[in-house]
Amino acid sequence: MPEFCGIQLAHPVINASGTFDAIAARRVYGDALLGDFPFSAFVSKTITPEPRAGNEPQRIWETPAGMINSIGLPNKGLEGFLAEDLPQLAELPVPLVVSVMATDRAQFGRLVQAVGEREEVAAIELNVSCPNVHSGLIVGEQPGETTALLEALRPLTAKPLIVKLTPNVASPADVAVAAEEGGADAVSLINTLKASAIDPITGKPGIAAGHGGLSGPAVRPVAVAQVRAVAAAVSVPIVGMGGVCDGADALEMITAGAALVAVGTESFRDPKAGKRVASELADLLESGRSGTAVGHTA
Amino acid sequence: MTAPFGRRLCEVSESRASGGYRLFSLVDREGPEPQPGQFYMLATERSWDGTGGRPFLPRALSVAESGPAASGVRLDFLIEGIGPGTDRLCELEAGERVWVNGPLGNSFSAPRELAPEAAGAILVGGGIGIAPLALLRRRFAERNVPTRVLLGFRDERHSGGLDDLFACCEVRLASDDGHRGHHGYVTDLLATMLDGDDAGSAAVYSCGPPQMLDAVGAMCTAAGVPCELALESPMACGYGACFGCAVPKPGGGYLRLCVDGPVLRPEQIETAVHA
Repeated sequence: MPEFCGIQLAHPVINASGTFDAIAARRVYGDALLGDFPFSAFVSKTITPEPRAGNEPQRIWETPAGMINSIGLPNKGLEGFLAEDLPQLAELPVPLVVSVMATDRAQFGRLVQAVGEREEVAAIELNVSCPNVHSGLIVGEQPGETTALLEALRPLTAKPLIVKLTPNVASPADVAVAAEEGGADAVSLINTLKASAIDPITGKPGIAAGHGGLSGPAVRPVAVAQVRAVAAAVSVPIVGMGGVCDGADALEMITAGAALVAVGTESFRDPKAGKRVASELADLLESGRSGTAVGHTA
Repeated sequence: MTAPFGRRLCEVSESRASGGYRLFSLVDREGPEPQPGQFYMLATERSWDGTGGRPFLPRALSVAESGPAASGVRLDFLIEGIGPGTDRLCELEAGERVWVNGPLGNSFSAPRELAPEAAGAILVGGGIGIAPLALLRRRFAERNVPTRVLLGFRDERHSGGLDDLFACCEVRLASDDGHRGHHGYVTDLLATMLDGDDAGSAAVYSCGPPQMLDAVGAMCTAAGVPCELALESPMACGYGACFGCAVPKPGGGYLRLCVDGPVLRPEQIETAVHA
C-alpha cells in the first residue's frame, strides 16, 4: 500500500487532472464506476475562482500516438464546485485531490483556503501553468514566481500541496527545486507539451486557439527524461505522468523516480485504464522483472 | 440504462460494401440494446496505431441498426472512410475484434414526449447521417407511430446505406445532383411537408451535415414544430472525460455532446456548425 504525503493509497496509479470526469462517468456508467473505480486517488479538473465556459471548438486534434487539446479549463468556479461538485466527488471510494488555478496570489490563496478547509479534500494540486496578471509571467515557467507563490500559499493550509510542473521550460528541475523551497509537499509532471497541427483541408491550425497541449504516448520519453531530472534535484515525492498506457510504462515512470503514476489520455481510449495499468504494474513488480524489453533492439 | 463500465472486445460478424460506404456488424455479448441516436466509441483490436502512429483515439459512431444475435446484441454501423480511423474500420473483416465502449449518449424522444399533439414523426436524413434514423424508424414502426422518411444525398456515391437500411419502407429522396428523387436539398421536401395541413401533428427528427441540421432546426422553429437533431463532433472519449466535443449554447457556454447529446433540440444550441 503506497503512502503519498501521508495519504494511504490502494495502489500507485491515479488520474491526471482534467482527463477523467468522475461525475459525468457516473452518469454514463452508473454505480459500477464506484465499485470498480480505476484510480487510487481522484484528481479533479482544475477549479478557478470564477466559472469558465472553456475555449471555442475545435478543442482536440489527433496526432501521431497522441492528441493536442486546448479545452480552456471549463469549470463552475469555486462556489459552484463547492456547492455542486464536491458533495458528489466526496462519494468516490478514494481520496480526493482538488486542482486549483488563479491568476494572482490573493485569488490563489482564496482557492487554497476554501478547498483546504473541506474535510472531503485530501490534498491540493496547484496548476501553475497560468500567467500572473501582475507580472505577466507564467508562474510555472519562473522559479522565482513559483517560490513566491508557494510561500504565499503554504501558511494557508495544512493539506499537502502538489505543484503541477509544465514541461515547456528549459529546466523543469529548477522550477521543481523552487517549488520545494517554497514548501511544496510534492510535484507532478509533466503537463502537456505546447504543440500545434495544421488541418490539411483548411490550411489553418486544427485547434481553434491555434495551439494546445500534446499528450499521449508520443510525449512519454520526454516525460521520463523530465521525471529523472526532477527526481535528481528534489527530495519531495513525484507524481509521474505523460503517455502512460500500460504497466510497463508505469514501471518506467517509477524507475525514473516517480512515487505515483498518473494516467491521462489513455483513459479516453479505455475508461478503466487506471485499474488495468495498476494491475499490470503489480504483476511486473511481483515477478521482479524490470519491464519487458522495449528498446529498439527488442 | 447505463453502459457497461469500460471497453470490451466484440467480434465482427459481417462487413460489406453498401453503396459508397461500408456496413459492418458487431456482436456485443455484454451491453444492453442501444436506443436510437446512441453511439459507441470503436477501435479495432489490431493495427489501430498503424501508419505514422494513427489512428490513436477511438472513433464515435452512431448505431444504425440493432437486433438480437445468437449470443448477444447485433450492432450495425454505417461508415465512410475519410481518415485513418474510419479507413481502418472500413477494412474490418468478419472474425476480427473491435474495442467497444457504449452505448453512450442520449436518444431520440417519442413525438408525444416532445409535444402532446405530436402523433407522427418526420425523419430527415442527409448523407451518412441517415444511419441512426434507420433504427429510429423501425422503433417507431413497432410502436405504430406514423412515420415519413425524407433522405437527401450529394450524389450516388454518398447514398451508401440507403438500400440496405431503408429497403423495407417508403422514403422520399432528394439528391444534389438529381440522380435520384428531387433534384435539390432534402430540406426542400421538408418545407413542402411542413406547409401541409398535417405538419402540426408531427415531430421532426434529423441527422446529417451540420448546415442541414441548422436549416432543419430553423424551419421547425419557424413552423412551431418540435424537433430533435442528432449532432456529430470530434471526441476523444465519449463519456464526458475529454471535454473535446463542445457545442455552443445559445446564451454562451458549451454543452458536451457525448453526455448532454448527441440528440439535442434546436433551442438548446447556437448552431450545429461548431467545429
